[in-house]
Amino acid sequence: MTASALLPESLRQDFPILAQHVHGDKPLVFLDNAASSQRPEAVIKAMVESYACDYANVHRGIHVLSERSTDAYELARSKVRAFLGAAYEHEIIFTSGTTAGINLVARSWGDANLRAGDEILLNLMEHHSNLVPWFQLAERTGAVVRHIPLTEDGRLDLYDLDEYLTPRTRIVAVTAVSNTLGTINPVRELARAAHDVGAVVLVDAAQSAPHLRTDVQELDVDFLALSGHKMCGPTGIGVLYGRAELLEAMPPMFGGGSMINRVYADRFTSADLPAKFEAGTPPIVGAIGLGAAIDYLEAIGLDRIHAHEQALVERAWEGLSQVEGIRLLGPRPELRAGLVSFVLDRPHAHDIAQLLDREGIAVRAGHHCTQPLHDHLGITASTRASFYLYNTVGEVDALIAAVRDVRDRFKPTGRKRRRA
Amino acid sequence: MPSEEEIYQDHILDHYEDPFHRGKLPTATHAHEDKNPLCGDVVRIELQLDRDGRVSDAYFSGDGCVISQASASMLLEALVGKTVDEVKEFSAEDMLKLYGARLTPNRQKCCLLSWRVVQQALYSPVGA
Repeated sequence: MTASALLPESLRQDFPILAQHVHGDKPLVFLDNAASSQRPEAVIKAMVESYACDYANVHRGIHVLSERSTDAYELARSKVRAFLGAAYEHEIIFTSGTTAGINLVARSWGDANLRAGDEILLNLMEHHSNLVPWFQLAERTGAVVRHIPLTEDGRLDLYDLDEYLTPRTRIVAVTAVSNTLGTINPVRELARAAHDVGAVVLVDAAQSAPHLRTDVQELDVDFLALSGHKMCGPTGIGVLYGRAELLEAMPPMFGGGSMINRVYADRFTSADLPAKFEAGTPPIVGAIGLGAAIDYLEAIGLDRIHAHEQALVERAWEGLSQVEGIRLLGPRPELRAGLVSFVLDRPHAHDIAQLLDREGIAVRAGHHCTQPLHDHLGITASTRASFYLYNTVGEVDALIAAVRDVRDRFKPTGRKRRRA
Repeated sequence: MPSEEEIYQDHILDHYEDPFHRGKLPTATHAHEDKNPLCGDVVRIELQLDRDGRVSDAYFSGDGCVISQASASMLLEALVGKTVDEVKEFSAEDMLKLYGARLTPNRQKCCLLSWRVVQQALYSPVGA
């Protein structure tokens, strides 16, 4: 590990929530960032200021507050466009989160384009939110779901890709980073192969956009969905990027205000992009908060954030792999993003999480919304520690020590039940 | 606020490491399996009910946290020899009392998993 890869610990002071102790005198060690990150003061302030000074509904009021809010909301869109390297602002649709973005594509694009016998190509490391909408689409249309197999160490096995990716494949939906294995998937390579057979590609960027530089044109993907709350932004805001010609051809998903051009007694015409997919009052302040989060992340630099997390995950991998009875899930550190999931021979993930919590260490235990992956791995649950820019080497070491203590405490000692 | 010291008391760890009747019961007359959808814990319970309406034997199998597995062991130890009516009367509250340690609502679900499975197993004859 090179010390220069690490970000300065002083940036923790930007996050007011991190300065607390829990369970008495235990400093909070927040390692549940893949579930949801924390927010810097700058994001909280941007949202408070919006509500306190500039708030009104957008795109309709002929008054000063509405104009200010509209400007701020659209400025947030332009920040997202730059953040994702998209060609046009109207390719950026504000949603409530990654789940909403994927469902929008499955419903709007999927229903309009899929027929019985068409194929949807997925894989078993996907989050439920990138599986269930496609299962539902398959149920509605008679399309068939297929899976790219996984390698032993939890990567996509692209060796026989031709077998799964065929002219019958209409869409490939893939996560850029697995929320359980940490695997960084070769999205660009997959997109190229998909386009060669005429399929479109949707990327679940919930776990990648907060941590790695994203460029939708360089990746050459058709759709990409992300969530604000995992990248220092507020909850309830997300983004769906879509290539303009695809979004233009798609029918609107929700009907209501904002998404119309003209409504008659018995019909309507749709608004242009992006309003066509933003029916109703949007999450205005959420978008403004997301814009502030992007400013914050860009000021530090996504490449530096990734390098910092790489240093942490290498140390975690190294330390945890020496704990007796542990099984680390997913590929070696250089092939993964900043998270580590593991199982101990004993005790169960929930017991581990409960005991780590007593030490002030917040981790996730369970199936992390990847039940098919856990089935595939032959386990019911795992424990996940996920890092972000504000985590430190000291926190990683505390995690390793605490996991070792938990295992020690539960190692078989020849206990006997008292017989009645 | 209960501490884990209470949750992982000695007699609970004893049941976890040295469980009562973990395994299969080939002579089972009734059986049921269920899971806690939140965490994926699974418990299967097999009961042998005799002609007098008594639980003459019981075994459990499964995979899960200390609480779900130790509570299954404690429950079966308490229930073998009881009549079906007595088992039906054994309430969720009785189960939490039997477990002993105070649990947060989320962990109570782990503790009550085997209790729910037993209650269902009484109505689930094998091979029916």
